[in-house]
Amino acid sequence: MKIYIEVNGQKKVYDVAPDEYLLDTLREDNFYSIKRGCDNSSCGVCTVLMDGKAVQSCTLLSVKADGHKITTIEGYQDEAKKLSEHFGHQGADQCGYCNSSLALTVHAMKDEIVKPTNKDIKEYLVGNLCRCTGYEAQHRAIKLCLEDDE
Amino acid sequence: MEIVNYFKAKTVEEAYKKLQEDPSNLIIGGGAWLRLSSKTVNTAIDLEYVGLNQIKETENSIEIDAYVTLREVEKNEALSNLFSGIVNKGISGIMGVALRNLVTVGGSVVGKYSFSDFITPLLAVNTEVVLYKAGRMSLEDFLKLRTKEKDILLKIIIQKEEVLGYYYKMKKTGLDFAVVNVGVTNTLGHLKIVVGARPSLAAFAVKAMDYVNNQETVTDEVIEETANIAINELKFSTNSKASKEYRIELAKVYIRRGLKEVTK
Amino acid sequence: MKVVNHALPSIDGKGLMMGKKAYTDDLSEPKSLIVKVLRSPHPYAKIVKIDTAKAEALDGVELVLTYKDFDRRPFTRAGQGYPEPSPHDKFVLDNYVRYIGDEAAAVAAIDVKTAEKALKLIEIEYEVLEPVLDFETAFENEILVHTEPEIHDMFPIGFDPKKNLAASYHMHVGDVTKSLEESEVIIEESFYTQAQAHVMLEPHNVNARVDYQGRLVIYSSTQTPIHVRRIISQALDYPLSKIRVIKPRVGGGFGGKQAIHGEMFVATVTLKTGKPSKMMYTRKEVFESSYSRHPMRFDIKLGSTKDGVLKAIDCWVVSDTGAYGEHALTVFMVAAAKVFPLYNKVDSVRFHGNVVYTNHTPAGAYRGYGAIQGNFALESSIDMLCHKLKIDPVEFRQKNMIKETETSPIFKIMGEGTEGIEMFMESCKLDYCVKRGSELVKWKEKYPRKELGNSKVKGVGMAIAMQGSGIPYIDMAAATIKLNDDGFYNLMIGATDIGQGSDTILAQIAAEALGTTLDKVIVYSSDTDLTPYDTGAYASSTTYVSGNAVLKAGKEMRQMIIDEAAKVFEVNPEDVEYDGVVLKSKDKEITLKDLSNRLFYNEDQKQLQITSSYYGTKSPPPFMAGFVEIDVDKETGEVDIIDYVSIVDCGTTINPMLAKGQVEGGIVQGIGMAMYEEVLYTKKGKLVTNDMMNYRIPTRREINNLTTEFADSYEESGPYGAKSVGEIGIDTPPAALANAVYNAVGVRITTLPITPEKILMAIKEKEKGEK
Repeated sequence: MKIYIEVNGQKKVYDVAPDEYLLDTLREDNFYSIKRGCDNSSCGVCTVLMDGKAVQSCTLLSVKADGHKITTIEGYQDEAKKLSEHFGHQGADQCGYCNSSLALTVHAMKDEIVKPTNKDIKEYLVGNLCRCTGYEAQHRAIKLCLEDDE
Repeated sequence: MEIVNYFKAKTVEEAYKKLQEDPSNLIIGGGAWLRLSSKTVNTAIDLEYVGLNQIKETENSIEIDAYVTLREVEKNEALSNLFSGIVNKGISGIMGVALRNLVTVGGSVVGKYSFSDFITPLLAVNTEVVLYKAGRMSLEDFLKLRTKEKDILLKIIIQKEEVLGYYYKMKKTGLDFAVVNVGVTNTLGHLKIVVGARPSLAAFAVKAMDYVNNQETVTDEVIEETANIAINELKFSTNSKASKEYRIELAKVYIRRGLKEVTK
Repeated sequence: MKVVNHALPSIDGKGLMMGKKAYTDDLSEPKSLIVKVLRSPHPYAKIVKIDTAKAEALDGVELVLTYKDFDRRPFTRAGQGYPEPSPHDKFVLDNYVRYIGDEAAAVAAIDVKTAEKALKLIEIEYEVLEPVLDFETAFENEILVHTEPEIHDMFPIGFDPKKNLAASYHMHVGDVTKSLEESEVIIEESFYTQAQAHVMLEPHNVNARVDYQGRLVIYSSTQTPIHVRRIISQALDYPLSKIRVIKPRVGGGFGGKQAIHGEMFVATVTLKTGKPSKMMYTRKEVFESSYSRHPMRFDIKLGSTKDGVLKAIDCWVVSDTGAYGEHALTVFMVAAAKVFPLYNKVDSVRFHGNVVYTNHTPAGAYRGYGAIQGNFALESSIDMLCHKLKIDPVEFRQKNMIKETETSPIFKIMGEGTEGIEMFMESCKLDYCVKRGSELVKWKEKYPRKELGNSKVKGVGMAIAMQGSGIPYIDMAAATIKLNDDGFYNLMIGATDIGQGSDTILAQIAAEALGTTLDKVIVYSSDTDLTPYDTGAYASSTTYVSGNAVLKAGKEMRQMIIDEAAKVFEVNPEDVEYDGVVLKSKDKEITLKDLSNRLFYNEDQKQLQITSSYYGTKSPPPFMAGFVEIDVDKETGEVDIIDYVSIVDCGTTINPMLAKGQVEGGIVQGIGMAMYEEVLYTKKGKLVTNDMMNYRIPTRREINNLTTEFADSYEESGPYGAKSVGEIGIDTPPAALANAVYNAVGVRITTLPITPEKILMAIKEKEKGEK
């Protein structure tokens, strides 16, 4: 099936199988920021934005993205750079496998919640698992990044 | 799940017809659980273009179309101002935001998932479902419905009543499924108790409700007795999440806490 | 120090967050053949007949592999140095399958769908055998997991497959029976630890191609590229010189990527077909068909005087290595070797037991291996002893634990798989760690509990821990530093960054030694063709062992630069002053930039490059004290972890922020093992917790606060005073949390994880007893 998606502002046409997932379609098209993690929407490393909302691409049929706007971190390079500065200073970088998807989800959170509290941040990002950092350094970095925007 | 064909329905009738064509055909909601199934589906039917994507607030009710995502329901302010916000709260405990942005009301209700954190609070308030062929019925009746007829859920209707609500999901980590979940409501003095993830599907504690609703005052002793009746009438069992005995203990405690909360 | 001990941002974090191509699967060849493995549905079975004709006939299938395609050459996947202290008990494919998920056959096809379809077309007739599923009765069971005549050990490790033994071990100091008899107070208890899963977010990925020189080039998400190269060569009988293994960016390892996974299959497929291939483990395969932590049972007995002097530790252990014996002995030994020296004043110690084969998913390396299991058993039982003695657990530890300048006889007796090395603790700030931790958690105020009302009670608990820093006389690391024109350097290391930040901290060490800044040190790591030898990322060796190699190389390069400047100035090297930028001698000076350009293009041209190696002659332990504050709901057993206080002595922190990340990451993994990560099998031996919906790791919601500090400590033998920090964080949570639960509600949970259900049921049981 042909599907038409706008990926990071660029119009794309993909020929997909009805049971193909967006993760595979986009990785096949060299969007390396989207990672394969758990295969069943439990870890968050495959997160992309669909019409600005975070969704898990390992679970989203590619056909369901037809006609929608998809954003990956390749489309938010400046945001990623900004957050990564704080990650660097807070020692929140480890393996990096969850970082792009986390940056995207933080972006979606900023769009949705004005001045999120500690609890808001934890609740919003609970689906973004990290096995390396213990979360605290990430949390500090995200808070500082949010403060920058104020 | 293997899907041979994909059909984007434009009307409910079209979707319904397609649904009847082949026993394996099915409606896809958010599609969140597709990967967990090894079934082969001839045609997957998508309702995105049917137009079932509104939340409507009327004078007496809130009507939520089947294709609305759980995240949209969770963020609905009218609903959060009702029933002490227990419907919104129930949803907010389901996995992560990115999943709730995908899964739909339709998929969540029709799936009749026994671990559902959506069905338990819905049952504790006055909720009805509207099906394309079978029409309007209470959520309770719908959950009990055992039919091979394939129908399409159009919307759910939640009555705006003056309800004090309590909802608790016992889970082990932030992303976990419920070990047990308990909804307790007080609708102008009428108490309802729902227990889900026992691990079977949410159900009313009918006898306990009868008992407590016939008491003049809800004292600590009455609450204790109500909880005891509830755990005796409801069926609990063991699975990988917890033992039957532990579920009974949890249900008892949270029914008690719920009753206290909504009657204080 | 200008670079070391500074919290500099990692050198790679930005690019990774921006989503740059970096990880193994990003680097696979387009149109690679997809390799998929047909996995056993039976815990134990013999393949009587295998018919691949239908699968081979399927359009798009390139190759089907069965045991008939491989020589009977046993090897171990463990990913250790050579000869390995693990039995060679695995064939690439065998005509027996030994656990649900074991490899029965493999296919290579043009895409995932075709490969999966082909798997279904392979017809196997199994003779289903009775499995061994209870590790406590595996020893000398009449059912044997391994009966192949070819399997063997490399040197004595107690391997005896006729008794289902992958390894066994016995050690003692003094006469433990006598010491226990003489003890006034005795504690005796059994403890169980579970098969924790690593759950690194990047699954096992590997891909292969044959390059234009006809060499096999493998990209692998591995912690041990050099061992991977050697093991492939041995198992496939293919020349070592024709294999290149490259480790790209790795998305977490935690020991799970020390052993090899899909390498043999992609290597075989690519060599047989000449085509590039790749294998991506599904998450289910990561759970069911890679390996986990060794589950263990400890029977432990402690004896002390009635005023609280610990006299004896007697410990019997059974460890379940599952179907294959990777790390069987080493993990087992570490359960004592990196735990028992904490109490070095005892008269006698005995530690012995068996590592048994069962028909479970294999066990293998996992961060803190052995130590976390042993720590849970010992530090729980120490608290039990304290309660019996009515002595504050903090005071007991202060009295009995190891201190600076002291030693333990265990260091000499036990290493990892071999005898150990006598060591005196030249850096040990454990006393500070305990004192500081008890201040921060407000131990005196909160111990043992505080009623909070509404059925809630607050409790505190603690535990102490130690690790090692590499394996002495075994782990070797080398580093190459090359000076470039314009005066910047390449640092080439075999050390394996798996996310822990070793590329950054090794560059910091190099920059410090060279007197330069971090941006002038370009790191390239872990490519068997281009980087020098390093054992790999395991055994807490990178900072200490690889770090020492880098330090040595940095110092030597600095001297080489000075020597060249001396030639330019026509003076003796001693007369050259050098600050890392400008070289001076009396009135003459030259910048490094000019010197390096001159060496490249103008006069006396040469490449300055140095390779230095290091192996440890000891393994200085990092130490820590962990304190946890929890709130328990007495009616439901639910636990909130309010704060976890970690005070760590890891010597100098090369990068304080990254070191903190290592500790905190370890703490949360340890909390996961302690509280949440249940491992369940069906009665038939099928892993139930085989995906991330059923196996639950901590989310950010469970982590309320982590308080992490470092002791002021300097290890003379370490690079700039550093010891290791990669594993120490994981060790204390199980015991500290079990102790906190006891202090809060008075029940002792001896089986991990400590679930709310276990707590509540124990409370009910206790109440029944009291009535």
